[in-house]
Amino acid sequence: MSAFWAIVQRDLRINLGAQGAALTTILFFVLAISLFPLGVGPEPQLLARISAGVIWVAALLAAQLSLDRLFQADHEDGTLDLLARAPLPLTLTIAAKLLAHWLGTGLPLALIAPLLAIMLQMDSAALPALLLALLLGTPSLSLIGGIGAALTLGARRGAVLVPLLTLPLLIPVLIFGVGAVEAAATGLSASPHLLLLGAFLALALVLSPFAAAAAVKLALE
Amino acid sequence: MHYLANPARFQRIMTAIRPWAGGIALVCLIAGFGWGLLFSPPDYQQSETVRIMYLHVPSAWMGMFIYAGMAVASAVALIWRHPVAELAAKASAPAGAAFTLVCLITGALWGQPMWGTWWVWDARLTSMLILFFIYLGYMALWEAFDDPSRAGRAAAILALVGAVNLPIIKFSVDWWNTLHQPASVLTMEGPKIHPDILWPLLLVAVGFKAYYIWLLALRVRAEILERQARMLRFAAASDGQPG
Repeated sequence: MSAFWAIVQRDLRINLGAQGAALTTILFFVLAISLFPLGVGPEPQLLARISAGVIWVAALLAAQLSLDRLFQADHEDGTLDLLARAPLPLTLTIAAKLLAHWLGTGLPLALIAPLLAIMLQMDSAALPALLLALLLGTPSLSLIGGIGAALTLGARRGAVLVPLLTLPLLIPVLIFGVGAVEAAATGLSASPHLLLLGAFLALALVLSPFAAAAAVKLALE
Repeated sequence: MHYLANPARFQRIMTAIRPWAGGIALVCLIAGFGWGLLFSPPDYQQSETVRIMYLHVPSAWMGMFIYAGMAVASAVALIWRHPVAELAAKASAPAGAAFTLVCLITGALWGQPMWGTWWVWDARLTSMLILFFIYLGYMALWEAFDDPSRAGRAAAILALVGAVNLPIIKFSVDWWNTLHQPASVLTMEGPKIHPDILWPLLLVAVGFKAYYIWLLALRVRAEILERQARMLRFAAASDGQPG
């Protein structure tokens, strides 16, 4: 298990370092959200109505940004070949890299989102639901995105291809994520939506490392 | 299964099936569209507009049916390294995307007079649109690699991931919003529509299936020939090299 955590630490260090994408991703998230009031107008009711959807769509797009580099850099310098020959099963190696990706991008996005929600006039009763929904939903973005990143490894136009492959598969996360926030804002219980987000995460957690590892193996042949 | 893995044998079988599939498609489509468009009764609410359904509903069925076929072919290709299954999956995707697009366009043409709008963000429309995007992503992945065997297996993994995810997408979109009429042909109590409408509909559906088989036979043949041409080009190029 120490090998697993070593990979998580290494990827996280690269991700948070000067060449990493973590900070850029968060900046993109904040910037994209602050464009919406400029685009649709500053009326508080309108912003409150669209806030949940805007934050979730921005999170979905921001998570796509760093995905094409998830395996690409390690593939180019040969690290991935060494990792594939290591005693740790490739599936676990991939899982470690996906965990590091989430810790570097998804987690900060989820933590900063309530602040942006307040700027978008979201009902304060909905803020805990938003935070919980993002904490449950963003790992799925990294997991499903990881499949897309692994499939396009070594492909032409990989960076454009990843969102095309993964965004349609992530639509349930968007629907239930926004559903949780809207339920909480109208005084209903957010838990059905949160449970479904959790169920999607559980399924993605089981299947995605295997699919991504199979795709990475293809690229290494 | 392995019997069909030999491209030459597969080609012989498909060449034998092709004229039959083409003939059945032609007869069923002429009969189905003729009956549906000219002789079936107009709907008491929708009048003549209902005839769009004879194209719309079978296209929607085909859009989903072909994805299912593609997913099965992809599984066979991945598990048994079955070369022909991989080509069949590849050859299916443009047909599936085209049927899905026809379904979306005819739906919009019907929606304008009936619902008063070209497009609504209804569950069924949205899930067909997503299916269309998934087809496009699958085809884009095939085109993204120089090496066809790498592209084929990557695309097969994608098709299977999509197959696991499609029912989830479908249900989540259903809960999200529904305006489209519920299913009326495949229900537990049997079809709920009049035989004069049901029969042409089924004829067109069978015609589309036969057309798909005809198209598949043709496209797989083209793919096999293209691969052979590629091999010959490589062989010719390496013969030209000294040593």
